[in-house]
Amino acid sequence: MPKVSMTVNGKAVSAEVEGRTLLVQLLRDQLGMTGTHVGCDTSQCGACVVHVDGRSVKACTMLASQAEGSQVTTIEGLAKDGKLHPMQEAFRDNHGLQCGFCTPGMIMSALELVKHKPNPSEHEVRDWLEGNLCRCTGYHNIVKSIQAGAAAMRGGK
Amino acid sequence: MYNFNYHRPSSVADAAKLLSSASEGKLLAGGQTLLPTIKQRLNKPSDLIDLGGIKDLNTVKVEGGKVVIGALTRHADVAGSDAVRKAIAALASLAGAIGDPAVRNRGTIGGSLANSDPAADYPAAVLGLGATIHTNSRTIAADDYFKGLFETALNPGEIITAVSFPVPEKAGYAKFPNPASRYAMVGVFVAKGPAGVRVAVTGAGACAFRQKAMEAALAKNWSAAALDGIKTSADELNSDIHGSAEYRAHLIGVMAKRAVAAAG
Repeated sequence: MPKVSMTVNGKAVSAEVEGRTLLVQLLRDQLGMTGTHVGCDTSQCGACVVHVDGRSVKACTMLASQAEGSQVTTIEGLAKDGKLHPMQEAFRDNHGLQCGFCTPGMIMSALELVKHKPNPSEHEVRDWLEGNLCRCTGYHNIVKSIQAGAAAMRGGK
Repeated sequence: MYNFNYHRPSSVADAAKLLSSASEGKLLAGGQTLLPTIKQRLNKPSDLIDLGGIKDLNTVKVEGGKVVIGALTRHADVAGSDAVRKAIAALASLAGAIGDPAVRNRGTIGGSLANSDPAADYPAAVLGLGATIHTNSRTIAADDYFKGLFETALNPGEIITAVSFPVPEKAGYAKFPNPASRYAMVGVFVAKGPAGVRVAVTGAGACAFRQKAMEAALAKNWSAAALDGIKTSADELNSDIHGSAEYRAHLIGVMAKRAVAAAG
């Protein structure tokens, strides 16, 4: 079987995969990192969003082999020294989740938005979340969380 | 998903060789359509030839009155390119409204054109601007490229390498997105420039097509009002659970006017 090598959350990893192995399958089934979720498996819901070379992608719609040599960041890579990332903290503070299934993807998407727009408007947040579905919250508190998380990141907390 | 052999060539020539030697080979660009169709078993390639390892296919250049976009350029990079926005703002805006941010980070212009989904956005811009499609063996004018439902002028084994768009005086795009998928129910791209006055429609027919009656009206008078009363026949248009052919025919008029207004 072909071997792939990449960096996941700062750690070099390599694994044997089939041609058809998806990036999300590599992360969850082979590397045991189950923070990245599979919701729809049809690239609509965004529960599987991770960063590949700093950009958000749907890990259910990318082959593991396509990530060869890439820097991958998952939800597990955000907290540092036992302390949540400000965007994770903001979701907790603002009740930005109920069941939590969509949350890893929401947070990874939000972090790319903040890179482009450090102070996103409500409209910009809602527009950016086009590919992230939440079936609990009605999005209102997610939008609040992302704006609060962005503010905390601007403040350098 | 059925398994396949995965290849990652480092040149277009090697990709062409792999493609010709595979029994049922498919090229993989961004994979945002191809991978879902393989998962759904609508497609069963023996070999996937990933173009992602080929350098120099993802460059954007503006030179000699043309915007030249490498086939592997991601939608997000077209949308985010200052050079594209300055030369053809409507093209950058179109790219920035395809799918969602994560899809735009993977999907490519070459992949979109090779697939020629009847509801994709890029075909409207390619036809509306009178672009030229460059492949590993020739160039194809936009007017000769779109042949039917998921059908193009590409020969088996032919690989798109770039698309060049003549910079127009004015251009605008308006789409009525499907509320769930964001694919165009109807999208209309209008332009006035080196390729003449053109009105290209996506989402409504088997593939992108030109609305010549609207082109004639806009050539005489470039204004949304010039399109008043110009109807599109519903005869050959798509009809599905999202909308009837008559509804799409009506939307072409509405979107064309909005596109002209956006073009200014």
